[in-house]
Amino acid sequence: MNVHTTSPQFKRNAARALADTQLQKALGNVKQGFIDKRAKAAAKLPEFEALRDSARDIKNHTLENLDLYLEAYEAKVTASGGHVHFARNAEDARDIILSLCREAGAKTVTKGKSMIAEEIEINDHLEKNGITPVETDLGEYIIQLRHELPSHIIAPAVHLNATQVEQDFRRVHKNLDPNRDLSQPVQLLSEARSVLRERFLAADVGITGANFLVAETGTSVIVTNEGNGDLTQILPKTHIVLASIEKLVPTLEDVSQILRVLARSATGQDMSVYTTFSTGPRRASDADGPENYHVVLIDNGRSAMLGSDFQEMLRCIRCGACMNHCPVYHAVGGHAYGWVYPGPMGAVLTPALIGVDKAGHLPNATTFCGRCESVCPVRIPLPKLMRHWREREFERHLAPATFRSGLAFWSFFAKRPALYRLATRAAMVTLGFAGRHRGRFKWLPLAKGWTKYRDFPAPEGETFQARWKRERSRRPA
Amino acid sequence: MSADASPTERRAKPRVGLFVTCLVDLIRPSIGFAAVKLLEDAGCTVDVPVQTCCGQPAYNSGDRATTRDIAEQVIAAFQGYDYVVAPSGSCAGMIKAHYPELFADDPNLLPKAEALADKTFELTSFLVDVLGISKVDAAFSGTVTYHDSCSGLRELGVKTQPRKLLASVEGLTLVEMNDSDVCCGFGGTFAVKYSDISGAIVDAKAKNVEEAHARTLLAGDLGCLMNMAGKLSRDGKTIEVRHVAEVLAGMTDEPPIGAPKLEKGERP
Repeated sequence: MNVHTTSPQFKRNAARALADTQLQKALGNVKQGFIDKRAKAAAKLPEFEALRDSARDIKNHTLENLDLYLEAYEAKVTASGGHVHFARNAEDARDIILSLCREAGAKTVTKGKSMIAEEIEINDHLEKNGITPVETDLGEYIIQLRHELPSHIIAPAVHLNATQVEQDFRRVHKNLDPNRDLSQPVQLLSEARSVLRERFLAADVGITGANFLVAETGTSVIVTNEGNGDLTQILPKTHIVLASIEKLVPTLEDVSQILRVLARSATGQDMSVYTTFSTGPRRASDADGPENYHVVLIDNGRSAMLGSDFQEMLRCIRCGACMNHCPVYHAVGGHAYGWVYPGPMGAVLTPALIGVDKAGHLPNATTFCGRCESVCPVRIPLPKLMRHWREREFERHLAPATFRSGLAFWSFFAKRPALYRLATRAAMVTLGFAGRHRGRFKWLPLAKGWTKYRDFPAPEGETFQARWKRERSRRPA
Repeated sequence: MSADASPTERRAKPRVGLFVTCLVDLIRPSIGFAAVKLLEDAGCTVDVPVQTCCGQPAYNSGDRATTRDIAEQVIAAFQGYDYVVAPSGSCAGMIKAHYPELFADDPNLLPKAEALADKTFELTSFLVDVLGISKVDAAFSGTVTYHDSCSGLRELGVKTQPRKLLASVEGLTLVEMNDSDVCCGFGGTFAVKYSDISGAIVDAKAKNVEEAHARTLLAGDLGCLMNMAGKLSRDGKTIEVRHVAEVLAGMTDEPPIGAPKLEKGERP
């Protein structure tokens, strides 16, 4: 667990997010933008549902044979002149990356967007050791300036508006004309572009993530819309790829299939603007490319998920569709989740990576509406996996005592139908009588959470089972 | 069913065990009676075995042992019927989608759980998909809007069935709200445990309901209905809220959910 983790304070985070009017406005864009675009893209492709099945099957097959594919992949990378480094955990990964940067004599490192880089907190580590990391994805660049975590896995700065970005740029880009016009988003974009252009050229090492690693060829694949990933990995002398072990797929054909659901699920594009395949360092016949090509393959909790109830989570291809469609994410945004991965995929993955004792709120703070599962391109049964976390919590007595005793009280009656009928009958007569006149309760004991935001409709008074017995016993059979 | 019915007639009439659902049993029995009327009008014999709950509160709280105990009770209670019908997509979904999962490692109970799952249906989908009904004999004047409850929609595919039946109700006009298929924020214990978030989600839902400008809001699950009705009444809205079965059965004498119950001559 790292210093930024606020998952245990999820409730406080959520309350703060709900009161943040600027954030609420920004979240409105998530709701409208992503959902319509995905729906249109899916509707346009007749084989979309079949492709989801196929993507699921490819990932399942890979996970079942992950050891074999890891070995095959490593052999191919080595054969193409690259190097594979295995990192058991975040600390190992940081050490490996730092020593590779030192070998390259790096002063600045440019970075493509990578969630595993956030997970292992590589930026802090490099900075502490005198190396300057520069995020080159626009959203990541903005949140790096603000010292924030991404609030969305594909749109890291989705919680911000243009005015906030303008303020950050004026604060940081001090050498530029203070009277320049930054009122249009396109002006912000071109300023970032010109600032980053110098950084690209000055970088000694480029670090990217990987959307896929191809065992057949030893290739790493990234998809971006800004082209920053390509400049990050082509211009410096050394390219370091960071990837968690579940990014593997067997063949180029498999990647081509999964790519067809990835962008459509994420942004509604048929394809991302750039889909880049990298195999080893620059060859003599290549026009450009890095001299050194390293892959840091990071486990950091994944292998423990293999063979467990949570293996299916390792199919995730990080499209963000689950959070784009999640009513809870829409309400509180990504930062409330308190760690790297927000939304439904975060609610399953975070407890696996930092512990359910710390991230227990995440799989509980869901209505189980199932919209995430209904759009997941690799058909991860997210609600089911969240329920598995609740089972783990229940087994370990992690739920609050009041909740546990309430559940035990209810269970006692639910398991004894005769007693249940008697008790509920009396209770409903009382409640029904008390609420008859207004038809609802504005306040009820033990239901504060409910009545804080809504009335509690009064019961009719007689239970169905009592009335049925009374009415039907009079009728001839 | 009369005692002198011939064996053929007896076989022709499907025997339905009504799974009332705990919320309907406790809070709004009239929904259960509306369901009985719809089923009997459709030619079914309806019986109500002693029951408590489908076990979902325990299941979603991670308490599998209690859930299995409750599920075993339900399996035993409903063994003898041709069909089991619930006026709820959530409870029917629990039985249909989750009971077999719950007993996946129990060779003795799994076949029983699967048999129950196979014959269990949400009310409107039973009427339309199983019995092939497309019309009901009911009248309701005014515009209604329909909220698709999540479990029914995504676990059972309940979407067109209630709309098809509503289209046959005399005098009724259905106007669709925006995001009718987005969660209302109920989520069982979620509404109490994470009330701030639940409150924000139902706030968004209430706005969509209001913007549809319908007189009545309908849905097929009482949990969602209580959540939305409670929010609308808290905000001082006059939109009536009812279970879809009440309208389809023409049984709307009971005041809407959360509205005062008035004696004759009494004014609100």
